[in-house]
Amino acid sequence: MISLVWLIPALPLGAFLINGIFGRRWLGHLTGVIASAAVGVSALLAIGVFLEVLGGKTQTVVSLYRWIGVGDFTINVAALVDPLSSTMLLVVTVVSFLIFVYSNGYMEHDAGFYRFFAWLSLFVFAMLILVMADNYLLMFVGWEGVGLCSYLLIGFWFERPAPYYAAKKAFVMNRIGDWGYTIGIITIFLVFGSMNFVDVFKRLEVGAPAQASLTLICVALFFGATGKSAQLPLYSWLPDAMEGPTPVSALIHAATMVTSGVYLVARSMPLFDHAGPSLQVVGVVGAITAIFAATIALVQFDIKRVMAYSTVSQLGYMFLALGVGAPVAAIFHLATHAFFKALLFLGSGSVIHGLGGEQDMRKMGGLRRKMPVTFWTMLIAGGALAALPPLAGFWSKDEILGAAFVNGHFLLYAIGIVTAVLTAFYVTRALWMTFYGEPRDHHLYDHAHESPRVMTLPLGALAVGSAVLGIVIGFPPEQGFIHRFLAPVVEAAGVAETTPELVTVVALAAVSVVAGLIGIAIGVSMYVRHRPDPAALTRTAGPVYRILVNKYYIDELYDHRLVEAARAFAGAAWAFDIHIIDGLANRLGWALAMGGQGLRRAQTGIVGNYALTIVAGLLLVLVAYGGYAAGILGR
Amino acid sequence: MTNVLSLLVVIPLAGLIPLFLFRKDERAAKQVAITTTFVELVVSLWMLTQFVPGEAGFQLVERLQWLPSLGISYLVGVDGISVFLVPMTTLLTFIAVLYSSGGAIKTRIVEYMTAFLLLEVGMVGVFVALDLFLFYIFFELMLVPMYLIIGIWGGPRRIYATLKFVIFTLAGSLLMLVGIVAVYVASADPSGTRTLSLPDLIELRGRFPADFQFWAFLAFALAFAIKMPMVPFHTWLPDAHVEAPTAGSIVLAGVLLKAGGYGFLRFGLPLFPIGVQAWLPVLIVLSVIAILYGAIVSAVQKDLKKLVAYSSVAHMGFVTLGIFVLNLQGGVGAVLQMLNHGFVTGALFLFVGIQYEKTHRRMIADLGGLANMWPLFTTFFGVFVFASLGLPGLNGFVGEFLVLLGTFAFSGAPPLGGLFWGPLAAIGVILAAVYLLWMFQRVMYGPVREAYRALPDLSRLEVACALPLLLLTVILGVVPQPFIAYIQPSLDRVIRLATDPSFVVVAFK
Repeated sequence: MISLVWLIPALPLGAFLINGIFGRRWLGHLTGVIASAAVGVSALLAIGVFLEVLGGKTQTVVSLYRWIGVGDFTINVAALVDPLSSTMLLVVTVVSFLIFVYSNGYMEHDAGFYRFFAWLSLFVFAMLILVMADNYLLMFVGWEGVGLCSYLLIGFWFERPAPYYAAKKAFVMNRIGDWGYTIGIITIFLVFGSMNFVDVFKRLEVGAPAQASLTLICVALFFGATGKSAQLPLYSWLPDAMEGPTPVSALIHAATMVTSGVYLVARSMPLFDHAGPSLQVVGVVGAITAIFAATIALVQFDIKRVMAYSTVSQLGYMFLALGVGAPVAAIFHLATHAFFKALLFLGSGSVIHGLGGEQDMRKMGGLRRKMPVTFWTMLIAGGALAALPPLAGFWSKDEILGAAFVNGHFLLYAIGIVTAVLTAFYVTRALWMTFYGEPRDHHLYDHAHESPRVMTLPLGALAVGSAVLGIVIGFPPEQGFIHRFLAPVVEAAGVAETTPELVTVVALAAVSVVAGLIGIAIGVSMYVRHRPDPAALTRTAGPVYRILVNKYYIDELYDHRLVEAARAFAGAAWAFDIHIIDGLANRLGWALAMGGQGLRRAQTGIVGNYALTIVAGLLLVLVAYGGYAAGILGR
Repeated sequence: MTNVLSLLVVIPLAGLIPLFLFRKDERAAKQVAITTTFVELVVSLWMLTQFVPGEAGFQLVERLQWLPSLGISYLVGVDGISVFLVPMTTLLTFIAVLYSSGGAIKTRIVEYMTAFLLLEVGMVGVFVALDLFLFYIFFELMLVPMYLIIGIWGGPRRIYATLKFVIFTLAGSLLMLVGIVAVYVASADPSGTRTLSLPDLIELRGRFPADFQFWAFLAFALAFAIKMPMVPFHTWLPDAHVEAPTAGSIVLAGVLLKAGGYGFLRFGLPLFPIGVQAWLPVLIVLSVIAILYGAIVSAVQKDLKKLVAYSSVAHMGFVTLGIFVLNLQGGVGAVLQMLNHGFVTGALFLFVGIQYEKTHRRMIADLGGLANMWPLFTTFFGVFVFASLGLPGLNGFVGEFLVLLGTFAFSGAPPLGGLFWGPLAAIGVILAAVYLLWMFQRVMYGPVREAYRALPDLSRLEVACALPLLLLTVILGVVPQPFIAYIQPSLDRVIRLATDPSFVVVAFK
């Protein structure tokens, strides 16, 4: 199976080419079937690869060809199949397949159906390249490739301004992060003489290079990760990315692409581990982002925006895990989050679909009777997000918080616990406003309907994952299957996995559960008993509320102040170009022309005079340079 | 047959004869021009198959005594640096002629095609000439037809633009002529024999003293810097592009600018290693400025063509940066960037032209909503835009990345090393995304405008023009290694010549 690993990305690529070239004219809705089938087969192959890795083939490189080789710089198109990449392959292909199936229903009436499936297939291809690559440069191909697809799919409805503005914002912000990525990987090459994961980590063991250059590498790489994984300060594109179709939000902006920064840091763990303070940076940025985004999610009314800020916050948890030296917990949470957040998005999509496009939760309410499947599956996902046992999110989030505590990062642990309360609150609020209470918009409610089978079946499948994935691969805590499976990766990183005592584990888990229950209790109390009444609370906490509703005014700062300043600067540069540089050239020309007017009297019109002048001039030049050169030669 | 390079120089000239005979019949004239440039393209590809990769020296060399008393000979040959520039030239010329024959040019077709064939002689000649005098002739020969193409078939301000173009370029090339004469004089051996043959000059470059190199390199460098163009000599470029007809822009951006970068690699670096070292800090700083400045100014352009023109300034900045960091990665990156820029920016100008032919608008504010009507156009244009902003997997990335790699590795004299200039230049990659995506969004996205609703998507002819460029864009991005294998040995030799003044290569074995 491992030898066939290149088939996994090749199938979606083929689907992209077929759908892209023949889709518009000939294939129509067949494009959805082709794309889903291709990704489905990829998922089966990924299972095969996973099993083979499980069977003991913990590190295989499958090389295709040499991509770039100049001097001592060589990059191959090659796949590294190990526990980490095979886990990612599995998560990406399985979640993608379910979302592809769902999209067949969700996008059914869209004029751009073929285009959607072409681009979505291209996305899966790029994402698979990202996780399979055996070196930093090939990974960058996938890295930017998913950015491209994200751009195309956020701007899928490009006739309206909001989507294409959001698309451009996403790409440019990612590019800013990629600046860090570029600096990081080039410095890696300068320090290690290679960009190949295996070579770099091997050379690291032989003798660690200067601390300063390692720190530069790691901070630069992490800056790249903040762009792709929407962390402070480059997070603000992700909520706007919700302008894309909902399956895109689920697949790209929740389950897969945005986790690639986490994957990058997890993959580079050996470097980070040797690079002194850079892991602290990762942990602190992750923790701050987690609580920052969670506070914004508290007050949003657009159901997709709540989920978007929630994603930013959950990604913060993953970086927190990496920062406290628990890469396994990070990948574990990445996997469970992929399921329950994809489900929350697809469920939101199902609601939006059922309401004919409405996203404002203030116009929902009572929908559980109309949409039972959507309701129950989303309830499971919400419980997983709130980290209620025995749902998936409980096990993974608990490991993150446990690692923070056990490894002595008490402040980060405290932030994590507070964020857990906030998380439980906003998910309760969102589900309540959507499914419980009385319908607030009767017209919408009367026309609401459950989604077709093609959409609810993937919801069910994801719900199963959201429910049991944690206990299956994460039990017993800290020693579950995923720890054993990813052990080689952790060993390579040299991270000491501390296994705390059972008492500690249980106590910490109890604290987490209590935190979640508190959040839910506040939510229920506020929205069911109106104690305190949300509206009244909004008034009393006026200034704070306004700051949160306006998302800390960061968008105003970025999109208006900074962009306007940049535009003014560019305008000034252009004025400089026209008036100073070009103006100087034109003035020089004018001066010469004036001089020419004066010399016009030399224009006698007698050819003989001209010839004489030409010869004289030529002689002058030749004599001058001949003399000059002779002088040099004579020396 | 080893006369393939001469054949390449002669074919477009030979095409002038039937063109003259059919001067009364515009259709026939078009067919003659298309056939001639196509034959030229095929022969240039055949030349590629004759070239043996992996060798550093010149191949397919032809030498004829021309003015032996002046040491001037007809000497042509190609190495890894020029071997792809020639087919790039013939392909872009073919596409330019093919596109022009589709109705974009309505007046004086025969004169127009004559200008293009003459232009092709000059362009191919520049890349194969190995004698300084011969190079100069071809270098100037490119100027005249382009002067006419802009001045006769150009836009409303064509006279101003074409005069500016000619005066700038001429000022540079006259300086180069002075440099060539100086080199000629300085090449004298004790018996008084002098030469202008490049391989011979490289062999005897030890005779050029340091201060001579300082001034001679400057004379050449100014000519090439204006041609590239490097900041601050770039202001002729936006005007020339805006006024030039589409095919003129394709060839101007695609080929003519490359003569500058090529000139640096072919003559500047090998002949004047000490001069290069002296001017290195200035040239690196100017390159980085060009990358950032060109991108920043691009971002606020209102005219689509001007935007692409300024983006060329930024992209050429990567070429000069790659050349002057004087290492293998930077140099190979620079050569690849020249090829990539030729294909991609040529294509961008083609699409701006196609778009203009349909809407008769070029101001970005007047456009919008084209994507919905023209899926095919959007796909092609989108690929070229993403190639231009350096998306990995397409060609632009490979060149730019290698240049950046070389820049980071640069440890030379300028005030700060490569670790300062590298990250600074990398900002240009962010800026490229800003100005190109902003343009793409304003031109292609948004609601369909009523005035444009009935306009057709790409015609077959337009697809035929764009498809080869699209394929090359993808191929050079996905499998660049075969191309690198051709370029690397020759480039390695040039870098060693430039970094080690005592390094001697014997001209001909």
